[in-house]
Amino acid sequence: MTKLLLAEFSDSSRFVDAARRAGARYRLVDAFTPFPLEAINEIFEHRGSRIRLSMFIGGIGMAAVAYGLEYFSAAINYPYNSGGRPLNSWPAFMLVPFATGILVAAIVGFTRFLIECGLPRLSDPLFAVEGFERGSQDCFVLAIARPERDDDSHQAIDFLRRAGAAAIREIEQDSS
Amino acid sequence: MSIAAIRREEVAPEAVRWTLPHARSLRAVNELVTAPLLERGMWSWRAWWIGVAVSSVGTVGFLLAIYFVFARGIGIWGLNTTVVWGFAIADYVWWIGIGNAGTLISAMLLLMRQRWRASTNRFAEAMTLFAASIAGIFPIIHLGRPMYFYWLIPYPNTMSVWPQWRSALIWDFWAILSYLLFSVLFWYVGLIPDFATMRDRAISKWPSAIYGALALGWRGSARHWQAYERLHLSLACLGVPLVVSLHSVVGMDFAASLMPGWQETIFPPYFVVGAMYSGFAMVACLAALVRWGFRMEGLITAAHFDVMAKIMLAASIIMGLSYATEWFNAWYGGERADRSLLAFEFLGAYAPLYWALLLCNVVIPQAFWFALVRSNVIAVFVISVVINIGMWLERILIVWNTLSHDYSISMWRLFLPTAWDWITTIGSLGLFALMYLAFVRLIPVVSMHEVRRLVDQERAS
Repeated sequence: MTKLLLAEFSDSSRFVDAARRAGARYRLVDAFTPFPLEAINEIFEHRGSRIRLSMFIGGIGMAAVAYGLEYFSAAINYPYNSGGRPLNSWPAFMLVPFATGILVAAIVGFTRFLIECGLPRLSDPLFAVEGFERGSQDCFVLAIARPERDDDSHQAIDFLRRAGAAAIREIEQDSS
Repeated sequence: MSIAAIRREEVAPEAVRWTLPHARSLRAVNELVTAPLLERGMWSWRAWWIGVAVSSVGTVGFLLAIYFVFARGIGIWGLNTTVVWGFAIADYVWWIGIGNAGTLISAMLLLMRQRWRASTNRFAEAMTLFAASIAGIFPIIHLGRPMYFYWLIPYPNTMSVWPQWRSALIWDFWAILSYLLFSVLFWYVGLIPDFATMRDRAISKWPSAIYGALALGWRGSARHWQAYERLHLSLACLGVPLVVSLHSVVGMDFAASLMPGWQETIFPPYFVVGAMYSGFAMVACLAALVRWGFRMEGLITAAHFDVMAKIMLAASIIMGLSYATEWFNAWYGGERADRSLLAFEFLGAYAPLYWALLLCNVVIPQAFWFALVRSNVIAVFVISVVINIGMWLERILIVWNTLSHDYSISMWRLFLPTAWDWITTIGSLGLFALMYLAFVRLIPVVSMHEVRRLVDQERAS
């Protein structure tokens, strides 16, 4: 179990400023915001996302499968002379691999997005924390690891309050 | 004055014109968008119920028309052995054009970092889904033997036959299917953070549980947003070429033939611009209705209508240029059938409709040159309706003119629509309206997280 301090801010610029300063002194765990903030992405250096790579592989893979199917059906399994066109009419065969490739790239990207975000996760202990629901509406919530010593923890609370936090809560969270 | 100060002066009015002061806070945005869905008792739904009643009548008519066409065949329409395509194909092209625009607008504006898209993308994308779904019905009901439509799918079968991959009909099938599923995904991804807001604002148990399930446990953490933005942008990058390919394929349904007036290389781009044109016109109509119905003047401002009108104006000029290119090529090419068709368009039996088309698509939208017209919501709404009528006329005339006036003079015949043609067309509008009314009652019509970001940026500027 990890003990966290959750600090609520009502202003985005104060929140970013507080996160930046808190990062230098404490271990930042997470930030919950009602919309994406570029500055927060810079502060929280997450592992590189593989979403685009997986989309690329999925898209190219599906396009290859679709073309393979067209080639197999039109040139090998059911060779049919349609107005003297070549059996492997590649220009006419391009649309299906293109469209299905994009569709599958999107599906793979979405799946990868869910994996990277740990979703779906319908129940989370954070949802039970009073005031957390405002993190998806009009509040900016910063989560930092609570220092182990009580003195340090009081200092951290004091620091957050001075940085402009409207409310600070202490919670316990699964380290998962 | 420093350069930075001059820039700020120029940018400031631009940056704050997408919301009105009373909507310029995170709380106000949430309340404006969620109140109609979560505090229903406080809203008068009379206009909504009237809309449901009217659109239900249209939907029943549409279903009835489909039932009769299945039971008796396509002979109940005004088709004949010369004009073998009619309203169904024109309706298909019209609906798929509108269906194209939502994703095109949303994805393209996202890539161009146009911040004003925040309040319009959600209902534009919803429009896409419903319009593309309806468009998909038309080619199937137009088939002589619709019960075999699944032959378009490659599957191992006892007949040992495969689809004809060189056929534009097969391209259509895959393009529509891929596009529709892609659009659902693109729409849903954009909705996840908003479903989380709905979950967290819901007062009663069931809405909270349903929106909670749809939000998939979204917490809005830094990690979530980073992955979200990466996915959303990547989808937009893929969406634009997909949309362009889809309507190009629709254009090739015609251009891949050997008919005068159809076999033109201009068709794919001309169809894509036409789709964007009619789509923007439909988005402007829906924006006006949503704004009025949900009292969203604070989030959908006159400035939104102004930019949409400018885009429609540009599209109308491109359409005018496309028509002129067609005329020029028909004359310059010197082919007898092409020249004869051109004369038929301007002077033949459908000529009044052709002149009406030019009036609706090219002449009337020139009113958008005037800022006074562009900033008047009612004027933009009326001209948008006119454009949509003009674009429908364009599609029906592409079908009618060429088929009625083919190479062989002995084949020349006209198309006279029957009551079923009209019921199918008008009924499909009813079905669209019904689906749209269901959408506005269940799902936030404006993308809250994007508007919150916009409001925050506006406040900062």
